[in-house]
Amino acid sequence: MRPFTYSRAKSPAEAAAEAASAPGAKFIAGGTNLLDLMKLEIETPSHLIDVQDLKLDRIEPTAEGGLRIGALVRNTDLAADARVRRDYGVLSRALLAGASGQLRNKATTAGNLLQRTRCPYFYDTNQPCNKRQPGSGCSAIGGFSRQLAVIGSSKACIATHPGDMAIAMRVLDATVETVDPKGQTRAIPMADFHRLPGETPHIDTNLKAGELITAVTLPKPLGGKHFYHKERDRASYAFALVSVAAVVQPDGRGRVAFGGVAHKPWRVEAAEAAMPQGAKAVTGATFAGAAPTPENAFKLTLAERALGAVLAQARA
Amino acid sequence: MHGPGEVEVSRRGLLVGGAASVAAGAVSAPADAQRAPAAPKPAMAKVSFEVNGRRQSLEVDTRTTLLDALREHLKLTGSKKGCDQGQCGACTVIVDGRRINSCLSLAVMHEGDRITTVEGLGTPDKLHPMQAAFVRHDGYQCGYCTPGQICSAVSVLEEIRAGIPSHVSADLTAAPALTAAEMRERMSGNICRCGAYSNIIEAMADVAGAKA
Ligand SMILES: Cc1cc2nc3c(=O)[nH]c(=O)nc-3n(C[C@H](O)[C@H](O)[C@H](O)COP(=O)(O)OP(=O)(O)OC[C@H]3O[C@@H](n4cnc5c(N)ncnc54)[C@H](O)[C@@H]3O)c2cc1C
Ligand code: SF4
Ligand code: FES
Ligand code: FES
Repeated sequence: MRPFTYSRAKSPAEAAAEAASAPGAKFIAGGTNLLDLMKLEIETPSHLIDVQDLKLDRIEPTAEGGLRIGALVRNTDLAADARVRRDYGVLSRALLAGASGQLRNKATTAGNLLQRTRCPYFYDTNQPCNKRQPGSGCSAIGGFSRQLAVIGSSKACIATHPGDMAIAMRVLDATVETVDPKGQTRAIPMADFHRLPGETPHIDTNLKAGELITAVTLPKPLGGKHFYHKERDRASYAFALVSVAAVVQPDGRGRVAFGGVAHKPWRVEAAEAAMPQGAKAVTGATFAGAAPTPENAFKLTLAERALGAVLAQARA
Repeated sequence: MHGPGEVEVSRRGLLVGGAASVAAGAVSAPADAQRAPAAPKPAMAKVSFEVNGRRQSLEVDTRTTLLDALREHLKLTGSKKGCDQGQCGACTVIVDGRRINSCLSLAVMHEGDRITTVEGLGTPDKLHPMQAAFVRHDGYQCGYCTPGQICSAVSVLEEIRAGIPSHVSADLTAAPALTAAEMRERMSGNICRCGAYSNIIEAMADVAGAKA
């Protein structure tokens, strides 16, 4: 790990301003992803701004009948919140399917959204990787790509967003609230928060330098049955190969987003109209134009079957 | 998808794009050991917290993890370093009533916190009920994962009692039940290379007064 100085910010605006004034600064929340990457010198901040004192750890109702989740609410607390369990079950389920009890006790809402890919070559600093070292090449293309993206990827990078929480937030049409170093606030729809890799795979999201996430808001509850179905190599404590976040209404209509398949939560609203016709119709349209590798083409079949299982459960 | 609307990217183009974005400081610079300037000097910081009921004040390199502070500075070597990456649970300790991986937390982030390690749960003469149950049920072989397993097991029973749901809870809105399936799922963050899992669940069930 490279040496760094450390400070604790007192307010969101102060944290963002400090991030802009100290070159090489990064925020640290739970530390469960950042410290891992710092040990490997994949992340090399020279200054850490600890955000734990910002009092962004509350979940409050909004005037529109939704919920405003503070950026520092722990994954355990968000999953266990009575309102989330009752009205946004897909979000509780997604959180509980991720990581371990210990990690969820530390992991925060903002940190979870910003967790970096689990592409094996991103983690192996001896291998070329455009995301870790722009311009060095992509070792995963033609390499071990079983875990990686089947759609939305580019010739520069086929990594996935590895998280579960963001997939549920995408299906719920959540919004990410931020404050920048000048004190300006803005709201970013989940659909526009994560980026596709394109030619700049080293940039995961549309956050600007020094911009601090303050909250994630959920619109008013959708009703319906909520599902988060995660397929992985072991029954617990593993990242998704494919996951399905779905909200299904009594008439069979609904919403669905997929995880483990792209550089961002993958949702194609136009394909959702086919939900009453069954899984094949939906995944056919959702994954039109997919470009899997020979190693991960199975994910397309898996996505269809996983959605099929969810729709069968919804009818039961 | 190398698809719609995406221009063909040459390796050279990527090199130029990459260098430009680094110069603009848009995101954190990529790690590159060869090009890195000489390593800056370590930064030191003071931190005080309570460990197993005793106040401790340390001056540490900011890079020191909570695990290393406990083991190397305070010589509490019960908590183990298995992976140092959050993947095994051997370093599990209880901070302000919650279990965490001490390898993925910085010591300086714990100012004022109350930390309990396996040494603080009980002593050889006066074992914590969970420690005694692990002995009774052979909840280990080599013992390397055991301090983390015991800290986790104590917290898991509290989490179930507090009504925190898990991945295997059938009804999200109901209180979770004290079943073997619930305990197994919640213990998945603690890996045991010796495979003592079934005896660990027996020990937990014994303490919880449940059926394994
Ligand atoms: C072994 C292991 C297994 C895991 N399995 C899963 C899994 O199955 N599913 C899953 O979804 N996740 C999984 N995770 C990832 C875990 O969910 C993340 O590490 C965690 O959510 C990150 O949150 P944090 O608060 O610790 O972030 P940190 O590590 O503190 O920060 C992560 C990033 O977010 C930035 N950041 C933090 N807060 C803010 C803010 N307020 N504003 C702007 N930037 C901010 C930091 O600068 C950093 O770049 C796993 C992790 C491990 C170690
Ligand atoms: S897929 Fe992306 S993260 Fe993985 S090696 Fe290629 S560029 Fe790096
Ligand atoms: S040493 Fe901390 S999880 Fe393995
Ligand atoms: S007892 Fe040996 S690793 Fe668990």
